Amino acid sequence: MHLKTALRGATALSVCIAAGAATAQDTTLTIATVNNGDMIRMQALADDFTSRHPGIALDWVVLEENVLRQRVTTDIATQGGQYDVMTIGTYEVPIWAAQGWLEPLSDLPAEYDVDDLTPSIRTALTYEDTLYAAPFYGESAMVMYRTDLAQEAGVEIPAEPTWQDIMAAAEAMTDRENEVYGICLRGKPGWGENMAFLTAMANSYGARWFDMDWQPQFDSSEWQAAVSDYITMMTEYGPPGASANGFNENLALFQQGKCGMWIDATVAASFVTNPDDSAVADSVGYAMFPSKDGVDNRGNWLWAWSLAIPESSDAKDAAKQFVAWATGRDYTQLVADRDGWRAAPPGTRTSLYQNADYQAAAPFAEMTLKAMEAATPDTPSAQETPYTGGQVVAIPEFQGIGTAVGQVFSAALAGQMDADQALQNAQQLTQREMQRAGYIQ
Amino acid sequence: MARAVTTRRKAVNTAIAWTIGLLIFFPILWTFLTSFKTEAEAISSPPAFLFFDWTLENYGAVQERSNYFRHFMNSVVISIGSTVIGLIIAVPAAWAMAFVPGRQTRNVLMWMLSTKMLPPVGVLVPIYLIFRDFGLLDTRTGLVIVLTLINLPIIVWMLYTYFREIPGEILEAARMDGASLRNEIIHVLTPMAVPGIASTLLLNVILAWNEAFWTLNLTAANAAPLTAFIASYSSPEGLFYAKLSAASTMAIAPILIIGWFSQKQLVRGLTFGAVK
Repeated sequence: MHLKTALRGATALSVCIAAGAATAQDTTLTIATVNNGDMIRMQALADDFTSRHPGIALDWVVLEENVLRQRVTTDIATQGGQYDVMTIGTYEVPIWAAQGWLEPLSDLPAEYDVDDLTPSIRTALTYEDTLYAAPFYGESAMVMYRTDLAQEAGVEIPAEPTWQDIMAAAEAMTDRENEVYGICLRGKPGWGENMAFLTAMANSYGARWFDMDWQPQFDSSEWQAAVSDYITMMTEYGPPGASANGFNENLALFQQGKCGMWIDATVAASFVTNPDDSAVADSVGYAMFPSKDGVDNRGNWLWAWSLAIPESSDAKDAAKQFVAWATGRDYTQLVADRDGWRAAPPGTRTSLYQNADYQAAAPFAEMTLKAMEAATPDTPSAQETPYTGGQVVAIPEFQGIGTAVGQVFSAALAGQMDADQALQNAQQLTQREMQRAGYIQ
Repeated sequence: MARAVTTRRKAVNTAIAWTIGLLIFFPILWTFLTSFKTEAEAISSPPAFLFFDWTLENYGAVQERSNYFRHFMNSVVISIGSTVIGLIIAVPAAWAMAFVPGRQTRNVLMWMLSTKMLPPVGVLVPIYLIFRDFGLLDTRTGLVIVLTLINLPIIVWMLYTYFREIPGEILEAARMDGASLRNEIIHVLTPMAVPGIASTLLLNVILAWNEAFWTLNLTAANAAPLTAFIASYSSPEGLFYAKLSAASTMAIAPILIIGWFSQKQLVRGLTFGAVK
């Protein structure tokens, strides 16, 4: 009898343990993200989340940006349901939300403090008054320059420079014999590479991609001026082979002291001021994205890598808890405790920029915030546009068209055609693609 | 005189072959060397070739962040699985085409090859939907199926070329001695074609190991092979070349070693029938 009872007890206990083991991690979230420094840090800190949520396990799928974009787009468009959390940008959010592919983030907990999100970023991730993604880190674009070289050359770069100021400074700082080039800009073809920069630059010249009837505008005088100044600057003061330079190549050149100025994403500031990797960490100054005389528009570059939950996920509640953790205020504190305030994910929360510790640790904080506040992706150009987006045009066709136009401008930079020819080609191919897509007859 | 010309020509040919060989091998050597540099040294200009502070920190970082063994096992299962299944289907098919050709055999062979001319992305969405409905997304089974289908034309073509070199009389003799079709293929044809089958197997394992489109697009966390492992270290916003090199070295090392030890079979397989 005793033996029977003992056996029954043992059986009941083992069933309980087995059931406990099954419920201990009854939800597994598959998180797709990109291989950028801040995301890698999130992966390393994820133990904090799993210890707070013992029922949730995390599977990470880290991919290169373009591979990730193709991968998650295929999955969400076919309702594949492979991912519970996706890392996407400000470009995708409004397009995917309009398709009904994303879970609204309207019921985040009160302590998440949605009102603390940087207003411009929050607007970019909102579709029809509903937030569809939570920003993980945000960026705009600004001028990063070598204070020592500027001083040697006797030039001063104002906090809000014009393109005229930039060209004059580039000329003064260029010293080809010592492999120092006045300005480094993106030239590598791609909608997210040279076209991100060129679209922002054209915006600051008062240009726009399309008029209100979706007719391409590359034949306008504004585009003409922007592209011709870009090619002149890069040919006369830029590094050799600039048509192959993207963010990473320019980062390497700047860190090795070969660029006088570099106009690119604000997130670069934390790399170029990192003394472990950068030879010029102590002598970097910052200025706003340049504007053109008489045009009240500073580039309008705005991007946020954000976490969104696809409608096809079968673990939406757990996914929301993860998103709230990774983009919440406590996460910023967690990063600061482990890696210092300089490493805090920038650009997403106004409270970060009111934090004295952060301001002291990140000399680029003030300019980053100013650049982001100046961005108005709802009205990208000084002229009226039928589209939104800053350095992108938020229509699904832009990836293809932007890359094709990027190839044309990269070829012009490489000397294979002149600026006029490039603009003519860009006009023709954009017109053709927009006709095919049904925007124009 | 003739001998002197021959010797000189040999020397020139050898020099050209070595130059081409080194040019082709250089990117792999550079990846290997970069994997032992720090991130700052990896982008330094002028680049350091051998004289830098060798470090294993990148391998440590890669190990810490990724589950190399899981990716490796997925690669092994997917590449060997798809090749073996492919061979089981292709040996009888190639036998039929080589020894009992019909009027349409040539056309069938050309048609099979034409499937390789379609850009894979053109059929990504239909295949993705089929995989979703059959629950094959992110499974090794799904990848074995798709890679078998993709490499089948190459396997059939290679085996067909081999089998055509085997005299049909030997098979006829076996038949006269009363061998059944099954015995003829298994006990007569296959032993004679072992070198050909071995080189086909090796080449297909390498092709399947390196296949990056389907293995990246049809997997997520569970079945992702080493191609996904490499892709997770490439970054457009951040300089991680040394870590990317370490991941690449770890991913290509197994297949490089197999290729090194079986190069005779590989070369024979690739050049068989080229010179008549």
